[in-house]
Amino acid sequence: MVKELEEVVDVPVVHVCTVVPISLTVGANRIDPAVAIPYPLGNPQLNRSEELALRRGIVEKALQALSTDVTEQTVFQ
Amino acid sequence: MASIRVVHYLNQFFGQIGGEEKADIVPFSKEGPVGPGTALVQALDGDMEIVGTVICGDTYFNENLEAATEKVIALIAGFRPDLLIAGPAFNAGRYGMACGAVCTAVQERLKIPVVTGMYEENPGADMYKKQIYIVKTGNSAAQMRKAIPALARLAGKLARGEVMGSPAEEGYLARGIRRNVFHEQRGSARAVAMLLKKLQGEPFDTEYPMPVFDRVTPRPAIKDLSKAKIALVTSGGIVPKGNPDRIESSSASKFGRYDLSGINDLDENTFETAHGGYDPVYANQDADRVLPVDVMRQLEKEGVIGRLHNIYYATVGNGTSVANAKKYAHAIGEELKQEKVDGIILTST
Repeated sequence: MVKELEEVVDVPVVHVCTVVPISLTVGANRIDPAVAIPYPLGNPQLNRSEELALRRGIVEKALQALSTDVTEQTVFQ
Repeated sequence: MASIRVVHYLNQFFGQIGGEEKADIVPFSKEGPVGPGTALVQALDGDMEIVGTVICGDTYFNENLEAATEKVIALIAGFRPDLLIAGPAFNAGRYGMACGAVCTAVQERLKIPVVTGMYEENPGADMYKKQIYIVKTGNSAAQMRKAIPALARLAGKLARGEVMGSPAEEGYLARGIRRNVFHEQRGSARAVAMLLKKLQGEPFDTEYPMPVFDRVTPRPAIKDLSKAKIALVTSGGIVPKGNPDRIESSSASKFGRYDLSGINDLDENTFETAHGGYDPVYANQDADRVLPVDVMRQLEKEGVIGRLHNIYYATVGNGTSVANAKKYAHAIGEELKQEKVDGIILTST
């Protein structure tokens, strides 16, 4: 999906996912590693404000990826 | 008679521990065969014995690749095996990744033959087919009856160190290995025969398939985020409560488009997940954990981004074929192009 979206819409796409090796195999260009498979952008063990901060961090990383030029597959740690 | 000691690797589901709610179970072992191992014993040659089964949850394995591999190898080594069989994993992505990683590590470290089985489109197949023998299977466990004899046959060959035939003859995924053989016809004659077939529009088998580089060129970065319109797309199955389009929990036949106008936060009363391939408890409590609408609205309000596109798209990426994923993304892409979005965040579970 990530490749087809980038090709069709002709804009940068960032893949937020937990299992980075799969995303690399599939061919995503911008990859933003996430927390866990059932809650990529959260953590039920944290309280609400901590969880929100965690999520915001991951989304900010995604936005950073979208505003960074890349020439090859890049994982934004 | 000394028998060939086989160890079998399974996930929590085939290991008969449970479904997604048990997918984070840490590796453990059991004596003898479990689940599909029982059928495997019937299919294996008489001198081959499944001495033990190692079971690990798919989510645990994929979230802790290195630690999980270490633990699984130690358990496997404990049985002093002569051969490892993993799966088959069919089209289960996390299971396929685990089977591939375990087989590759065992082959390298314990120096014994390994074999697993997967559907061609399993991401684990692409990742590991060059290192190990992966028997080609159907895409779901309904194909178990066909997969078991194929897996057992290859296991027997490997255990005995017999000469392996070509991928087409033996039913495994091509590993990219070229072997010299003497052919009764010389190359020029074969090439002309192939060309004649091609000219007549008849099917022919190339002797040198070209690799497929299925990559897309990275698009240039967004210059000014504060003016950008960003869209959210997910394969994590986040849908309005009640799943109005009835997107299937596995092998989804469609995607949905949903309005986010006036929505600043997804909560348990309004949104849920339709995905059947992970434990839904956390996403049902708070769907922002998969589709971060709350944070995107914050960033929109603060002017970090121009705006969040008011439609988001969702499908269920569980057992979905590559062809369907591409088809849905193409249709979604056409709409997002019309809407002139500047960037897309795709979240996966």
